[in-house]
Amino acid sequence: MKAAVIVFPGSNCDRDMAVAFERAGAQVSMVWHKDTALPDDVDIVGVPGGFSFGDYLRCGAIAAKSPISASIKAHAERGGYVLGVCNGFQVLTETGLLPGALMRNANLKFVCKPVDLKVETTQSDFTSDYDAGQVISIPVAHHDGNYTVDDATLATLRDQDRIAFSYVDNPNGSTADIAGVLSENRRVLGMMPHPERAVDAAHGGTDGVAMFRSLVASLETA
Amino acid sequence: MKVRVDVMLKTGVLDPQGEAVRHALGSLGFDGVEGVRQGKVIELELADGTTEDTVKEMCEKLLANTVIESYRIHMG
Repeated sequence: MKAAVIVFPGSNCDRDMAVAFERAGAQVSMVWHKDTALPDDVDIVGVPGGFSFGDYLRCGAIAAKSPISASIKAHAERGGYVLGVCNGFQVLTETGLLPGALMRNANLKFVCKPVDLKVETTQSDFTSDYDAGQVISIPVAHHDGNYTVDDATLATLRDQDRIAFSYVDNPNGSTADIAGVLSENRRVLGMMPHPERAVDAAHGGTDGVAMFRSLVASLETA
Repeated sequence: MKVRVDVMLKTGVLDPQGEAVRHALGSLGFDGVEGVRQGKVIELELADGTTEDTVKEMCEKLLANTVIESYRIHMG
């Protein structure tokens, strides 16, 4: 299984994400944002956390217009997998691959701590190794993670079972406690919490392992 | 030519920063501040003859996130 992790100026979780994929058994290549094409036969693209372009204009807005972003979009539209974490989630909403927007946290504070997440659906290759309703602990570290979506879109997300994770104790004011959402074809996941920061006992937890393991397992057999 | 673009959160989208400013004004003793909305002003220096349609395209593609923001263009 081949993964590509995108590197923007200001990305800072790119290597953590690469390590998480590698440990799960994936071959990983790092792709600079100015590249216009993804490596051949990439199964999944990881859009990592960080502060791409200094969060100028809006978080993720300028990265979403980087040369590589058109290729990420094309990959997703072909049915390819994409995982966007934190700033990566912001980039995916800015590209339009996922609905909604990430606004400044409701309490205006940067929040950096492990949080409990409820697994809302196991019907995706990202979440199939968790149990429905399972509570996992994954770190968050963001200032703009307040997921905002209008009522009609929220109803669609619910009807289509596209809310992947919700916060047990909402740290940022997100609509309906949403921490992560899936695309309609369930192959693009964006989430504010960092599963790649919970894949080693030294991280303080390993609840993120199941995501990378299930992705690699399902994409290898595909 | 100078063109100004005002970008504001859409009506109905909660503005946590505007709310914080409203509270701060209240604690400074300014009574009756019923609402504060914070947006941004973007000044563009453009080649003469640039059309409003082009500026609109800039807004749609980059300057505003139309999921949550509206924009207003002031030509010249």
